[in-house]
Amino acid sequence: MHRHYAALIAALVLGGCATPSQDLVVLLPDKEGKVGTVVVQGQKGKTVLNTAYASARTTSEGGVQRGTATQSEVKDVFGSALAAQPPRPISFTLYFESGSDEFTEQSKQEVKRLLAEMARRQAPDITVIGHTDQVGPDPSNDALSLQRAERVKSILAGMGIPAERILTAGRGRREPLIPAADGVSEPRNRRVEISVR
Amino acid sequence: MQPTRSIVIRRFLLACACGLAPIASWANDIAQFKVAKGSVYLERSGQRLSARVGTHLQAKDIVVTGADGSAGIAFVDNSLLSIGPNSVLAIERYAFNSTTHEGAFESSLRKGTLSVVSGKIAKQSPDAMKVKTPSSILGVRGTEFLVHFGD
Repeated sequence: MHRHYAALIAALVLGGCATPSQDLVVLLPDKEGKVGTVVVQGQKGKTVLNTAYASARTTSEGGVQRGTATQSEVKDVFGSALAAQPPRPISFTLYFESGSDEFTEQSKQEVKRLLAEMARRQAPDITVIGHTDQVGPDPSNDALSLQRAERVKSILAGMGIPAERILTAGRGRREPLIPAADGVSEPRNRRVEISVR
Repeated sequence: MQPTRSIVIRRFLLACACGLAPIASWANDIAQFKVAKGSVYLERSGQRLSARVGTHLQAKDIVVTGADGSAGIAFVDNSLLSIGPNSVLAIERYAFNSTTHEGAFESSLRKGTLSVVSGKIAKQSPDAMKVKTPSSILGVRGTEFLVHFGD
């Protein structure tokens, strides 16, 4: 009963100044402090959130009201959801000795760090992503990068990572580590990246 | 880009035609629970399944938490979604091309609280990720935000 009275009083108080809203959207800064953009579209209006802690509430008329949320409001309303966030994915990059199936000495150390990271996580799964240099057309680079990823998958499976926890992807030449002109053979772009979730 | 996609589609159709296992594993591979506290379950095709750390999700699944529940889910494009107690989150659509990073990710928070860290789908195409509530639609251009719907 107490809660009902409290809700009624809150509704009366709010009724005077603003329409009580059922939803709330808050934009957060990321770990580096950068802020993205979310466009909130109501039935009759919209607003663009692009600053830290900018908030939006839809009104009963279908409009969208912009505001700013406080950190304590965020903690009160979203504390449990934030506490349940999975750990952030982490990437490891591996290189092969040129023209061989062997990882470079540095990459062997990186594999150890990868295994340690997986051991720290609950039910970890990984995507092995192959990348090529800027030589040749997309289709052949896509196939080549996927081949490299598959090869690394079988190496990792051989080290005891269950194969069903490993996805593979071939990103081809779309994501060079070192920007290079078309046709440039850049060994640092011929790599395999492993994303751990 | 076109030839690649058509190869992927052809393979997909081939796999469909043969009724092979890859389809099932594809469907299973969209996401996994990394956190599941208290009461958390999935509704899939009208059935209620309990959800634990490591449980796979499929497109069309609905995630439900009880008064003591919360859950964290990591998707294969590295999007992270987590929900607090008394929440209902429907994964309405999920598609991700791991070569081009094109895709579509639509979810709907029917009630409760949701935290989102967007992943590769939203980074590649600013309009590809949407989160709905019963009163609004959010277009996600990145990266971290919170949504509440209900009392």
